Amino acid sequence: MALRIEVTAVDDPKGPRVLAAAQLLSVERLRECVVTRIYNIRGGPAEEQVERLCLELLADPVVDCWSLGRSSPRGHAIEVAVQPGVTDADARELERGARELGLPDIEVTTAVRYDLIGDVSADDIEKLVARELVNSTIEHWSHGVLEPEFSSAVPVDSTVDVIDLSSLDDGELIDLSRRRVLSLDLAEMQAIRAHFRSEGRAPTDAELETLAQTWSEHCVHKTFRALIGLTHRRADGSEIVTEHDGLLAALRAVTEELDPWWLRSAFVDDAGIVAFDDENDLAFKVETHNHPSALEPFGGANTGVGGVVRDVIAVSARPIACTDVLCFGPVDLCDQDLPAGVLHPRRVREGVVAGIADYGNKLGLPTVNGAVLYSPGYIGNPLVYCGALGLLPHGSHPTEARIGDRIISIGGRVGRDGIHGATFSSAGMDAMTAETVGTAVQIGDPITEKGCIEVVERARDAGLYTAITDCGAGGFSSSVGEMGEALGVEVDLSGVLLKYPGLQPWEIWLSEAQERIVLAVPPAGLPALVDLCDQWDVELTDLGEFTGDHRLVVRHGQTAVVDLSMKFLHDGVPRRRLQAEWVDPEVRSGRQAPFDGDLLLIMLAHPDVASNEDIVRRYDHEVRGGTVVRPMVGPHADGPADAAVVKPLGTGGHPSAAVLSNGICPRVGVLDPHAMALFAIDEAVRNLVAVGGDPDRVALLDNFCWGDPTKPDRLGGLVRAVQGCVDGARAYAMPFISGKDSLFNEFNGEAIPGTLLISALGLVPDISRVVTSAGARPGDDVWLVGSGSDAMGGSLIDGILGLNATEVPEPPGTPLLRYRAVHRAIIGGIVTSAHDCSDGGLAVAVAEMAIASRHGFVVTAPEGSVDPLRAFANETPGRILITAAVSDRIAVRSALGDHSALIGDVDDTPTIRLRFGDHTTEVAIGDAVAAFKGENRP
Amino acid sequence: MTKPPVLIPHASGTNRDLEAAQAIEAAGGDPRIVHVDVLRRGTVKWSEHAAILLPGGFSYGDALGAGGRLALELRTWFASELSDAVDSGRPILGICNGFQALVKAGLLSGPRRPGGRGVTLTHNAGGRFECRWVTLGVEPSCRSGWLAAIAGAVVRCPVAHGEGRIAVSDSEVVDSMTDAGLIAFRYLDSGASPFPAAGPAFGEYPANPNGSAADIAGICDATGAVVGLMPHPEDHIFDWQRPSGDAGGSGLPLFQAFVEAAR
Repeated sequence: MALRIEVTAVDDPKGPRVLAAAQLLSVERLRECVVTRIYNIRGGPAEEQVERLCLELLADPVVDCWSLGRSSPRGHAIEVAVQPGVTDADARELERGARELGLPDIEVTTAVRYDLIGDVSADDIEKLVARELVNSTIEHWSHGVLEPEFSSAVPVDSTVDVIDLSSLDDGELIDLSRRRVLSLDLAEMQAIRAHFRSEGRAPTDAELETLAQTWSEHCVHKTFRALIGLTHRRADGSEIVTEHDGLLAALRAVTEELDPWWLRSAFVDDAGIVAFDDENDLAFKVETHNHPSALEPFGGANTGVGGVVRDVIAVSARPIACTDVLCFGPVDLCDQDLPAGVLHPRRVREGVVAGIADYGNKLGLPTVNGAVLYSPGYIGNPLVYCGALGLLPHGSHPTEARIGDRIISIGGRVGRDGIHGATFSSAGMDAMTAETVGTAVQIGDPITEKGCIEVVERARDAGLYTAITDCGAGGFSSSVGEMGEALGVEVDLSGVLLKYPGLQPWEIWLSEAQERIVLAVPPAGLPALVDLCDQWDVELTDLGEFTGDHRLVVRHGQTAVVDLSMKFLHDGVPRRRLQAEWVDPEVRSGRQAPFDGDLLLIMLAHPDVASNEDIVRRYDHEVRGGTVVRPMVGPHADGPADAAVVKPLGTGGHPSAAVLSNGICPRVGVLDPHAMALFAIDEAVRNLVAVGGDPDRVALLDNFCWGDPTKPDRLGGLVRAVQGCVDGARAYAMPFISGKDSLFNEFNGEAIPGTLLISALGLVPDISRVVTSAGARPGDDVWLVGSGSDAMGGSLIDGILGLNATEVPEPPGTPLLRYRAVHRAIIGGIVTSAHDCSDGGLAVAVAEMAIASRHGFVVTAPEGSVDPLRAFANETPGRILITAAVSDRIAVRSALGDHSALIGDVDDTPTIRLRFGDHTTEVAIGDAVAAFKGENRP
Repeated sequence: MTKPPVLIPHASGTNRDLEAAQAIEAAGGDPRIVHVDVLRRGTVKWSEHAAILLPGGFSYGDALGAGGRLALELRTWFASELSDAVDSGRPILGICNGFQALVKAGLLSGPRRPGGRGVTLTHNAGGRFECRWVTLGVEPSCRSGWLAAIAGAVVRCPVAHGEGRIAVSDSEVVDSMTDAGLIAFRYLDSGASPFPAAGPAFGEYPANPNGSAADIAGICDATGAVVGLMPHPEDHIFDWQRPSGDAGGSGLPLFQAFVEAAR
């Protein structure tokens, strides 16, 4: 019989939050919501011991009330708990804490009770449960008491099933692939059937699953390695047919061609690596976690951060900062427009932001840079890009395991959650996805990952390992399989630490946990590693050894689980041949429209432009004490920053710092994916240059989020975007150092807008010279670097006014010369503030500088535009606004040369004035601030 | 001059230990980060240190309430070490999660009340984690001997917490703490005015970022040796760490006073 403890806090902010959510769901009759924490305890503690538990651990004497048993409900009571097997940190910590209090054997489950007070109907309750209180992917609930489910004594299960493929026909092969969530196509299933026929045997379940994981789009990037034929139909009716021998190869080729001296490692490892200073390198990686975030926003985004940080740990770096870029459906979406099986964008956003904050904050990593975009195209399939930056001593990352080295796993235990993550992300989604692949979604455990960070850093410095990899999607099957590719491995799963008993060998072999790292450790170094793990409270498992026989052998005790040749595992996947097509839209310049102050306020209040302060402040962007340029800048800390500058802890001997920025332009991509790539590169670079980054030290990362690549129209856009990246890398002389593709972003057969995120990592030579968008002083000159155009395709204003333009602006011809000139001016100390021109064009950029600095701006449109709208709202890339003292006018002119024009000045009036000929648009800064911050939407 | 050894205990999930160590070093101390499991084994001893700094972070992931699990360890594993430290007057400073642990362990308890402590740290009034720079005043009337060196000073630094609201068991707690000199720091409102012009926050967000009673940001114990605060002065040691605006408000003098008291 379990004992039940209830704890209620006075003025718990969760109650009012439920009430606010109910208002948004039109459940108006809910008057109050009381939230109670429930702890169910098994293991028979005496009453005075329970009282001690409550006083010492569960209930705060100032704000909490506690009681034993179930108190009578004050309204309609709902109880919610995570499903068995999902991470429950409170239960675990209570069990550990109880041990310290002399209760070594108790078992705990937790739940939350919501007392819904008011005249609420059954429909209201159902709506609240479905839309706010419960996510059935990871939670279950009940009216009244939810009976606790303790883990039952399940015996060890070493069952290995054998699956006979030789008798299956093609249809049955496809059916098997679908039923087991293998995400393999017919050719791949046939290759597997042929392989096992030639060996004269049938594969085990674990062998089949291992092949599916290793051959998944997620792990092997089949589309990016495929041979692709592209038919590109131009607007003039002409047709260009091209052959593409591997998209990834094209991106790598341009990096190899550029090969700057500071490039340490590109594409070969879990993260790209560049030189930072004489001693240290920087590692940078950006990942996506879209499908999990669609189903369980908190857990999906949570483990998204965990996963990318793990990538950085897996190149032997100490993680030092995080980034995130998010794409959601419109948060004001009407209920009737919400497809079945989809969480409302508002809830997705809430969960994703909370998940990122939870993981990053708890790891002690500052989340310093990002963006949030909204479009109906992301309703069924939101995008969550998570990035991590790390620091490592130069040359400290070993990459060659040797025969006889032990295979050591450290970190989290293995559970059933996280099975099929890699294959699940390699297929589209529909209303049934949550039910069929619920096991692919996990809740993270940042504290365990934090332990891995501490141990790996010290193990690296002590030279205890010869190779390292992270346990990503596919769990041990992909990490150990990959690590052992060159030598071969033999693994025994019977010693693996499990979260709970009863897992079959194939499940142990396949299950992903965010918080696990696998190391190759020479036997002589093992005692030191064991000691290190002991000191830092991290669990360790010895899985087996590197053999040199080029086979992947897995046992569970004496039971054979896998015996595959590494060659077939890694080279056996048939190369795909895919067809792609792209059709350029007809060229239209769009209609004309007037421009006025209200339009500027509407742009400032647009979700893609408006302040993200309410999100940004939930992320710790200060921890580690190295944040030089923060997400929000200016005297009121509410102006948008262009890029983040991070001075790594322990590098105080010199003045340089890292700079992180991003570019993302999906509106342009709909019209011209090639231009989107160039625009995104330019946006990332000009943001980086605007804070003081050196354009000659920029490394780029690509992240493609696309639809189903087996459909030619989707693939056509993807190929064009990759071509844009290749052309951009060459034009800007900036290498790609890492990348990631997330394909099959479709819901009910509808693809998301093809979305390319470019992340840039650069160097600021001197932190005393960084500038922001906020430093303008009254009297300063306002300079515009670069020039605009009349092309409005893909612009924010085109979307707002429906101009129906398809013509996109030209990217700058010689970008590097221009950005070098800006950099010279900034490092020369003559620039007081700088800000890039992007969404909303010159008008929004000027307004944002006025908001950030709280000074007036008077700007005259540069010559050449046909009308004020085009002059102020076009989004031609390559432009940066700069302010500088009048006394530095000659110096600015000599630094920037032909790249810039003097277009106005800063004053101490409370207004923004935009002049075009004799037409002046005037907006009060106070109104601009209110629109930008959502305080008073026009 | 010798550098007093300062113990920085690290529990799983602690994460501002490196910045704390950096601040101690800049202030002339010798920081030593030691995992609590190692302290428990006794291979490194509390008594070998002249001062103790419990740093920020998320010990044990804030499960069961921020600092609560670490507080249990302080009480069950290290009770005598801590009471020895307090009795000998060695300075003890808790920042953010370290402050939460000191409060919940009863080392910073405010006036005694029938249920136990008179003060606690709980969820921010806004219900969310909040990261922003704030302005702090060091209470001139604070009884802490080692804080006296910077009495009346104004410090600017970030807060980064979800459970940083000082809550009191009854309305008399604040008065009795004020009378006893137990209030060490309060949030001030500096608006966008030039530093150090700053007035009371009057409970207004965002100057008081979490809704703390009487704008209290930090407190001390009856001996004055134990001090805790939610904001992070260790993140404002160098001028370049400051977001913008005028010079001043460094957190360094606080750590210098702490290290000085450890000599």
